[in-house]
Amino acid sequence: MRTLKFILNGDPTETGVNDGETLLEVLRNRLGLTGTKQGCDQGECGSCTVLIDGKPVLSCLTLAVRVENRHVTTIEGLAEGGKLHPVQVSFHEKGAIQCGFCTPGMVLTAKALLDRNPHPTRNEIKEALAGNICRCTGYKKIVEAVEQAAKMMAEKADG
Amino acid sequence: MGEKNEYRCIGRNTPRTDGLAKVTGSALFSADIQVSRCLTGKILRSPHAHARILSIDTKKAEALPGVKAVVTGADAPVRYGILPVSQDEYPLAVDKVRFIGDEVAAVAAIDEATALQALDLIDVRYEVLPAILDPREALVRDDVKIQERTQEANIERRIHLVFGDMEKGFAEADYIREDRFFKDAASHAFLEPHSALAQFSDGKLTLRTSTQVPHYVQRALSKVLGIPADKIRVIKPVLGGGFGGKGEPLPLEFAASLLAIKSGLPVRITHSREEVFLTHRGRHPVEMTLKTGVKKDGTITAVQFNSLLDGGAYGSYGVVTMIYSGQLLTAPYRVPAFSFDSARVFTNKPPCGAQRGHGGVQPRFAFEVHLDRIAADLGLDPLEVRYRNAIDPNTVTVNELRITSCAFKECLDKVAETVDWKEKRGKLPYGKGIGLAGGFYVTGAAYPIYANPMPHSQAQIRVDRDGGVTVFSGASDIGQGSDTLLMMITAEALGVPEQSVRVVSADTETTPVDLGSYSSRVTFMAGNACRQAALEIRDHLLAACAAQLARNQKTLTITGGYLFEHGKEEPLMTFAEAAVLAEAAGVALCAMGSYRPPELAGSYKFGGVGPSPAYSFGAQTAEVEVDTETGEIRVTKIHCAHDLGFALNPLTASGQAEGAVVMGFGETLLEHHAFLPGGRHSGPNFLDYKVPTFLDVPEVDVTLVESVDPCGPYGAKEIGEGSLHPSLPAIVNAIYDAIGCWFHELPLTPEKVLAAIAKKKEAP
Repeated sequence: MRTLKFILNGDPTETGVNDGETLLEVLRNRLGLTGTKQGCDQGECGSCTVLIDGKPVLSCLTLAVRVENRHVTTIEGLAEGGKLHPVQVSFHEKGAIQCGFCTPGMVLTAKALLDRNPHPTRNEIKEALAGNICRCTGYKKIVEAVEQAAKMMAEKADG
Repeated sequence: MGEKNEYRCIGRNTPRTDGLAKVTGSALFSADIQVSRCLTGKILRSPHAHARILSIDTKKAEALPGVKAVVTGADAPVRYGILPVSQDEYPLAVDKVRFIGDEVAAVAAIDEATALQALDLIDVRYEVLPAILDPREALVRDDVKIQERTQEANIERRIHLVFGDMEKGFAEADYIREDRFFKDAASHAFLEPHSALAQFSDGKLTLRTSTQVPHYVQRALSKVLGIPADKIRVIKPVLGGGFGGKGEPLPLEFAASLLAIKSGLPVRITHSREEVFLTHRGRHPVEMTLKTGVKKDGTITAVQFNSLLDGGAYGSYGVVTMIYSGQLLTAPYRVPAFSFDSARVFTNKPPCGAQRGHGGVQPRFAFEVHLDRIAADLGLDPLEVRYRNAIDPNTVTVNELRITSCAFKECLDKVAETVDWKEKRGKLPYGKGIGLAGGFYVTGAAYPIYANPMPHSQAQIRVDRDGGVTVFSGASDIGQGSDTLLMMITAEALGVPEQSVRVVSADTETTPVDLGSYSSRVTFMAGNACRQAALEIRDHLLAACAAQLARNQKTLTITGGYLFEHGKEEPLMTFAEAAVLAEAAGVALCAMGSYRPPELAGSYKFGGVGPSPAYSFGAQTAEVEVDTETGEIRVTKIHCAHDLGFALNPLTASGQAEGAVVMGFGETLLEHHAFLPGGRHSGPNFLDYKVPTFLDVPEVDVTLVESVDPCGPYGAKEIGEGSLHPSLPAIVNAIYDAIGCWFHELPLTPEKVLAAIAKKKEAP
C-alpha cells in the first residue's frame, strides 16, 4: 500500500493504493467514481476510457501508480461548473446514447479528439473512436453527435 | 388514428429521459450501486465439458480469513428454467456439470482477491464423462445423456407440423429447389457484464440485477429459495444492453442471493467478460434444409423446412427458438402449404437461448438466399419474386398467424427505389453487387411464458397536486428507450407536457407487473397499458372538473397542461389547478391500465408460439464490394425500410434499426461464438469475438414506414428486432451479385470467399 497523489477532475486527490491496482479499480472502488465503466478489463472495449493529461487512456490497463502528479479527467469531471460539454449535449440530443454503458468512454475519447482536431472529417472521427465498442447504436448517431459537437465548439470559439 | 400533426408529444424526435444521467456518469448500473459492507462474490466453474461431481470440499475455503460464505448446489437443489417445459437448471451444479464454465460453487469474501483465492481452495472431485459437442452426434447417441430427462438420445424436443396440402403444393410447382444452410452461433456481447447485488435482512431479499425480466427473476427466486414472492424485491437498475442475454433468471442471481442469505451481508457478483461469454444464451447454431416449389413466375406453391438446433447444455428458451424457426417462415410471403420438422438437441457447450430477432434470424437468412437462388434459376428478378409473393394486410397465414397492418410492399418499394435496383442489380462491375431481402417479426408474444389469464402488462399512473404525473410500470428499459416512450405516450394521452411526467419502472415492489423486455413486446403492450391508464385519469379529471365548474364534460379538454373549454382560446385553468379541483371533490387521481392480447393461438399443438397481436415488416438492400484478391468483403451501405406501425419516437426508433442492422452485419461477417475440440470456448473476449467497430460498419440508412396498426398504441408496432432479420441475407445475396458465388454458411470469412472464387474458376 502506498499513497497516490494526483489531480482528479481538477481537484488534488490523495488515496492509498496497492502496487497492482489499476486506475479503473481506484476510481471505482476507492474513490466512488463509477461513471468509468468496466466492460472487459482487458483493454478491448474502451468503456473504461479516461483522460490523462488530456489524452484518452484505458484505465483498466493503467496501473494507478502511473498517474502520480498527473491530471485525470473522468466523465464526472467533464461538465464545467455544471455546464455540459458540447460533446455531452450533442450525444444526448442526437440520440447517440442507448444503453449508455459505452457512453462515458465514448464521450471522453470524442472530447480528446476535438481538443486536438477541432474539425475532424468523418473518417477521422471513426478512426479516433475505433477503440470504443458500442453494441447498441450501430455508431451512426455517435458520428453525427461528434460532428455536431465540433460545430457547436467552432461556433462558441467564433462567438 | 389521427394525423401525425395532431399530436403534441409523440411522433417527434425526443431525447432519452436518462440521456443526461448517462452522459455525466451519474446513471447507476447494477455494478455502480454502492452499499456499505458489501462483499464480493465469485463463482467456481467447471473445467470439464461433462463430468459427474463426486465430492465438493469447501472447508479450506471457508477457513480462509476474509471469506464470509461459501455455497454449492447442495444449498439450493431446486430446478428452474425460463420455460415451464425446461426446468433443467440449478443455481449451482448438483451431481453433474454439463459444459466448461458450468457453475459449481460460489464464494463471498471481503474483496475480490480473497474470493478468488477461496475458489482455488475448493476441492471438487469429478468423474469425467464423455462429452458430446456435435449436434448430429447428440441426435443419435443414447449412451451419453447430458440431461437425464431426454427420452431419445439427447433430443430435448422434436416438432413436426404440416399446414395446407403439401402434396398438392409440390405437384402444382413448375420448379422445385432444395438447399442446405448453416448459421453458426453468435453471442449478444452487450457492453455491461451481468451484475447482481443481493441484500437480505428481516427475512426479505432485495436483488438489484441487470435483468430484462424482473418479474420472471422474482418468480424463479421464490421457487428456488422457498421464499414467498412478496418477500423478494427485484430491481433492475440502469441496464447496459441485453439483446436477450439478460432475458431469463441466471445462476449469478441465485448465487448472490444464496451468499447474502448465508452471510447476512450484501453480496455483489459481477461477471468478467469471459463469464459473460460462458453464460451465453445466445443465437443457436442451426442446420437447415429448405425445399420450395414455385410456378414459372416465381409464385410459391409449397415450402418444406427442416432444422436442427444445437442447444448447448440447458433448455433456456430453446423450445421456443425451435418452434419459432418454422413458425416464422410463413410470412412475409404467401405460402399456401408449409411443413416443418425440427429438433433441438443438448450438447456440452454453454446454453443457447434468445438473441435479438429470436428464432427467426437463422431461417430468414436461409429462406431469403434460397429464394434468390430460385429467382436466379428461373431468370427472374429477386425483387419481382418477392413482390409477387408479398402478403397483404388483413390476411391469415397458412399456420393461422393473423396479419393485420402490413406495409411489406411499401418497404420493398422504398429500398428498391433508394438503391436504384432496376439499374444496378446484375449490372455492376465484377466485385461489386447489391442484394435484397425481406423479413417480418412478432410484436410481442400472444401468450405469456407461464400460462396465466392475467394481463401481460400493467401501468399505474398518479397525478400529484402540483400537476406532476408519475407512471409506475414494470417495463424494463434495457437501453431501447422504453421509459422515454412511456413518458411520451402518457403525456400525449393525458394532454400534459412531457416534462411533467416521470416514469418509475422495473421494480417488483413498487411497479405493477410487466412481463419484461423480450420478443419486442414493450412498446405495444406497456404502451397500451400506459395509454389506457392515462385516458382513464383524463376522464376522471374532466368529469370532476365538469361537475365542479358546472360544465358539460364533453365541452372540456386538456391540452398542453391546461384545461380548455371548446371554442375558447383562453384556458380555464392549469392542469395542476384542475387536479386540485378534482382532488378536493374527492376524486382519486390514479388509475391502472392493462394489456392482454386477444386469443390468437392456432388450432394445433404448439399453436401458441408464433402468434402475436401485430407483426412488423421490413426489407433491406445491401451494397457490397468484394476484393477478389484477398476475399475481403466490404459492405458499403445497407438501406433498411421497416414497417413499425407508427414512429412514436423517430429518434430512438431509427437508432434501434441502425443498431440491429449492424448487429446483423456483424453476425454475417465477423462474429463467431466458437469452441475448441474439447468444448472450451475458443476466445471469450472482444479480440477473438469480433464485434463491429466504427471502422467496420456500413453506412446505414433507415426509412420508417408507417402502416398505423389498429391495435398498437397510436398505431405503433416494433422495430428493435425485426430490423435485424433481412440484414444477413441481403449481404449474402449482394455478394452473389458481386462475384457470382452463393454462400450457405455463416459467418462468411475471406477464406470462404477465396475458396468459392477458386472453385468457380475451376468449374465455371
